[in-house]
Amino acid sequence: MTPVLFDLLLRSIWETLLMTGASGLISLIAGLPLGLALVATDRGGIAENLWISRLLGAIVNGFRSVPFIILLVALIPVTRLIVGTALGTWAAIVPLAIAATPYYARIAEVSLREVDRGLIEAVRAMGGNRWTIIREVLVPEALPGIVAGFTVTLVTLIGASAMAGAIGAGGLGDLAIRYGYQRFETGVMIAVVIVLIVIVCGIQWLGDRLVARIDHRA
Amino acid sequence: MNSHTNVAPIATLRDAQERPDVVSLIDVRRHFGKTAALDGVSLSVRKGEILGIIGRSGAGKSTLIRCLNGLERPDSGQVLIEGRDITGLSESQLQPLRRKIGMIFQHFNLLSAKTVEENVALPLKIEGLPKAARLQRAAELLDLVGLSEKARAYPSSLSGGQKQRVGIARALAARPALLLSDEATSALDPETTHAILTLLKDINKKLDLTILLITHEMEVVRNIADRVAVIDGGRIVEEGAVWSVFADPRSETTKSLLNTIRPQLPDHIGQSLTQNPVGEAVLSVDLAGPDANAPLFADLSAALPHAFRLIHGGIDHIQEQPVARFFIGVPDPSRLDSVLQFLKGRSARVEVLGYDARPV
Repeated sequence: MTPVLFDLLLRSIWETLLMTGASGLISLIAGLPLGLALVATDRGGIAENLWISRLLGAIVNGFRSVPFIILLVALIPVTRLIVGTALGTWAAIVPLAIAATPYYARIAEVSLREVDRGLIEAVRAMGGNRWTIIREVLVPEALPGIVAGFTVTLVTLIGASAMAGAIGAGGLGDLAIRYGYQRFETGVMIAVVIVLIVIVCGIQWLGDRLVARIDHRA
Repeated sequence: MNSHTNVAPIATLRDAQERPDVVSLIDVRRHFGKTAALDGVSLSVRKGEILGIIGRSGAGKSTLIRCLNGLERPDSGQVLIEGRDITGLSESQLQPLRRKIGMIFQHFNLLSAKTVEENVALPLKIEGLPKAARLQRAAELLDLVGLSEKARAYPSSLSGGQKQRVGIARALAARPALLLSDEATSALDPETTHAILTLLKDINKKLDLTILLITHEMEVVRNIADRVAVIDGGRIVEEGAVWSVFADPRSETTKSLLNTIRPQLPDHIGQSLTQNPVGEAVLSVDLAGPDANAPLFADLSAALPHAFRLIHGGIDHIQEQPVARFFIGVPDPSRLDSVLQFLKGRSARVEVLGYDARPV
């Protein structure tokens, strides 16, 4: 691999990490409240409201059923509005975050639903309000699942960011297609695959360690 | 409507002679679909007493206990907590009230992500107490329940009995006026159950804390309750001092709940009894209170030598009152009347269960 290609590889790694990290962070900040809202407004939830529950569910399902490559293109006007351009790494973060948020919301929802209802009842019996239940029961008790789910989301985002090359966002996937595949640079292809394996394993390892640290369930 | 939530007046009444009602239910009804979980329940709990509510699963006890802190809302009727009707209160009006009602649960319901001391301190955090004060109070309570050395442990490392001790400490943290116990010992083994009940009784005495417990085990009621209310099909079918209900149960539900804990006529004898007055007459003899302290059978023996034999039975002591239940046989039916007369003269409740025609 030539020094030029090596520089390109480094830049692509940075672009992938930037896209994954930024959109992951946004999906965490937006997806967790969305997951909480899905659980809280559902039947028997702490803020039962079936109309809101159905509406949120429909929106989440709508976004999740559109293939990412189509979302990437369809969201170009939104991206232009937010970032000012529809091209480049920062522009890719918008559709990535919008796709990852409902995905992560569903994962968080599963963990939040698994929280023992008896615990919610116990805190209600202590005189806790909804906010107390969210802060002291739902989030802390579901935290191992919330963290494990975030790990899954990050790995999924690394995969999705490969498609962001379509709008000139760069990244490892883009590098592999343009150099590894279209220019027959087998070395680049192998390097990209190895780097991706290392990144994915690293994220998974960190996530697993964090879950082990915070999980005090039996 | 007067909506102050001050509980101080009750504290000043503590030393008064009269024991005011902490809780009264007036004709409380709650339906789930077509089934009535509570079908007109009226009940009161007096300051400082332990009231046991016993019933089979599905009898409505869980619904009943949840009506007392507003976790469940009755369709009609009144729920008075320290004289104040809570049925019309909104969720946010109920919250300060719930802080003065502790609750413990069958499955403990400790937060797994919090340490033991954080669990105990949680009601105080909800109350808005500063952290140092919370932890100090938690330490006091863990000392009370004998778990000081586990303050920093997580609940998953505790045994069932220890978890319930934490549950009790947590329920007491905010100095409640009333403790609700929802089958608190049902998930525990007999030995641990006994230890937890002893702890509850101690707390009841030490803090003059009113306790309302629901259970399906008569043993629990027998061990710690002052009064018992039997619930069946959403109605209170029997109510009274524990020793008197045990001595003279009136309803079929109570009798069958007592089966496991009172002496029963052995099956093989019961099965061979007929109503045909031939052979040995088999009697049940029930006595309670001061009457049960007299040497009844010695006297019977002296008055009517060789007239009877003991089959089964014993004397239990409930709330320091003797409660006796015996089964005796009268082999010679011609002497039955004089035996009956003698026993009734000693204010025993006697019932001729039947006759065993088999040779003794």
